[in-house]
Amino acid sequence: MRWTIEDTPERAAFREEVRGWLRENLPKGWCEAIESGDHAALDKAREGWDFLGWSRVIGMSGYGAPLWPKEYGGLSGEPWMQNVVREELARYRLPTVGVNILGVGLAGPTLIAHGNEEQKSRYLQKILTSEEIWCQLFSEPGSGSDLASSGTRAVRTNGEYIINGQKVWTSIAQLSQFGMLLARTDPDVPKHDGLSYFIVDMKTPGVDIRPLRQITGSAEFNEVYFNDVRIPAENLVGVEGDGWRVARTTLMNERVALSGLSLDAAAFMGGTRKDPWGMFVDSIPNREDLRVRQFIAKSYVEKEVKEITQFRANMARMSGSQPGPEGGVTKVYNAEFNKWRANGIMNANGPSSVAWDNGDTAAENRAHAFLRARANSIEGGTTEILKTQMGERLLGLPREPEVDKGIPWKEIRRN
Amino acid sequence: MSTFGFTEEQNELRSTAARFLEEKSPSAEVRRLMETTEGFDEGTWKQMADLGWFGMAIPEAHGGIGFGFVEITVLMEEMGKKLLCAPYFSSVILGANAILNAGTDAQKSELLPGIADGTTRAALAFVEPSGKWEADSAEVVEKDGKLTGTKSYVVDGATANLLIVSAKTGNDISLFVVDPDAEGITRTPLQTLDMTRKQAKIDFNNTPATLLGEKGSGTAALQKTLEQAACALSAEMVGGAQACLDASTTYAKERYQFGRPIGSFQAIKHKCANMLMEVEMARSAAYYAGWAAAEDPDELSLAASLAKAYCSDAFFHAAAENIQIHGGIGFTWEHDAHLYFRRAKSDEIYLGDATYHRELVAQKLGV
Repeated sequence: MRWTIEDTPERAAFREEVRGWLRENLPKGWCEAIESGDHAALDKAREGWDFLGWSRVIGMSGYGAPLWPKEYGGLSGEPWMQNVVREELARYRLPTVGVNILGVGLAGPTLIAHGNEEQKSRYLQKILTSEEIWCQLFSEPGSGSDLASSGTRAVRTNGEYIINGQKVWTSIAQLSQFGMLLARTDPDVPKHDGLSYFIVDMKTPGVDIRPLRQITGSAEFNEVYFNDVRIPAENLVGVEGDGWRVARTTLMNERVALSGLSLDAAAFMGGTRKDPWGMFVDSIPNREDLRVRQFIAKSYVEKEVKEITQFRANMARMSGSQPGPEGGVTKVYNAEFNKWRANGIMNANGPSSVAWDNGDTAAENRAHAFLRARANSIEGGTTEILKTQMGERLLGLPREPEVDKGIPWKEIRRN
Repeated sequence: MSTFGFTEEQNELRSTAARFLEEKSPSAEVRRLMETTEGFDEGTWKQMADLGWFGMAIPEAHGGIGFGFVEITVLMEEMGKKLLCAPYFSSVILGANAILNAGTDAQKSELLPGIADGTTRAALAFVEPSGKWEADSAEVVEKDGKLTGTKSYVVDGATANLLIVSAKTGNDISLFVVDPDAEGITRTPLQTLDMTRKQAKIDFNNTPATLLGEKGSGTAALQKTLEQAACALSAEMVGGAQACLDASTTYAKERYQFGRPIGSFQAIKHKCANMLMEVEMARSAAYYAGWAAAEDPDELSLAASLAKAYCSDAFFHAAAENIQIHGGIGFTWEHDAHLYFRRAKSDEIYLGDATYHRELVAQKLGV
């Protein structure tokens, strides 16, 4: 895709500034190697590169979150500035988010929108510098798509809340200092009205983190149990009972993050040597077979239209505004595309996709990608839930009758 | 690199076009015209000429306005929404671009002003009964300035008053300008699945023809013309798909079964959401292709196939789902759903379907 937006003088100046900063702060030779297409030099410059250290450095610079207010480490910038930074990071083969993906992408924007002054000054800066890593404590075994039915309880006593319950699908819980917790403060009102949003210190006694082995055999996520966990009342975000509204900010940002992330990861992992597209094509045998050619070409067409659509969405975002349900369109498309493509790669490689010599990493990676892709249309909102939202919020279709409407949470039939 | 995004003028063109077509191409008019032999309305045709729509992408030196392909994209999308019955695609897209790509300066000055003011309605006769879309596939033969053989699937071929014809000249292909009233020509209208766009078979028997541009330049000129046409047709398909989505959404809100609007059922809601996604993706592809046609000659070929591949499937799917969502009423002659369904299949196949263009994508990527 060679479609770019022509820089205004203002944008060009900012781009120069970002490039200058990258040149100064990346290891010697990195930028030059990319500009000259010298793969060997880039490999050398990247040797021993410290991603965590880098996350700190960019976090301190303001470029890590251009939209955030200056006083909390951002640039008080406009959406176009964020786009420019992302473009430059992508150009120099850097991930557009640091280690603290959920902190910067989800917790930060949520605190900026709903947190009080003390919370903002206490947490935001350290999120940005990755000094404090965050995780998200939303899903429960009994509350997946119907997140608002969450049953983890928060009971207020003497200036603190006591938490009991279980969360699931929590990534990086072990590495996190803090979690965004959605819990029920009032079971006697309808489900949306009785939720509250908390910041929970993951080191608090009673927080029990257990790795959850997943479809791929590894454990990317955890179950988190809460047994009489005490949270100080000042860790409430927004007001008691208004947690659903706060959580929705987190969810909207999550969709935006997920719709771009895999591309991002591909660009980063695909790495230094080749473009991800070239690596994809190289991984497919029998490229003279007409069926295989159709698969490759369709992959290209789908990838391109998705990227062009993201580009159009970015342009729209340049004019400002919080992410809305349209983030769901690219999220769903991305998820379905990834699943379809991972499956097609398996078929194109035939029996070597299902049986391989010990140590054949190409085959292992292929199988892993195939299995992992199943989650794409489940995590961060299932394809079905997001399609329902698209229908209702973008097309204005009438809602499904809700059988739990107006009924106190404790009387709703649940798992 | 040029900017993408529509300018204020282009947005203004879109709303003018939408208003005009709303008035001139309502369902009743489409149904009236599709039953006629000519298939278009002279009065509306003249008014479109007066709006400057035909000279949009023709340089000022040759009687046009000198805008570019992005304006064409805008117009084709709006026309596609309303199933406009007019020889715009045949004359302004296929005809004018063939002349622009192949003709000498003198020929451009002679032929293009007529297309720009609407008095000339050109048709491009490049496909033959074999149904091959390739630019070098002509079997019609030129000998001593006369053409012999058969062209088919010529859009608006029976009503055009100027024909551009591809023919074999020795080992290569050249384009020719032919007067449809010349001797030895027999034009036979075809029955068309899509009644809103006419097609014809044309037999040539020692028909006098004038070489368009250089001898042997036909394949390259035709190739580029077909790529430009694929971009334009993709925009038309986006318009059509959007119309199907709009119709489905409206109906899903109004139609009650089991005491509730059918759009409140997920089965219907998700169909609409799928259409929305595909229409948006198709729009991206078509806008990109239109931009490439206007600004980036190196990217045109790949962008054209990419858009034709994606939009063909998207429009067909939208048109098919539109019938399904409407249920029984969608199966009636009276409802417009079948008009879009017919147009969708016709557009999908014309210039090569999605499978055909995906193979081209693979080739163009060097796979």
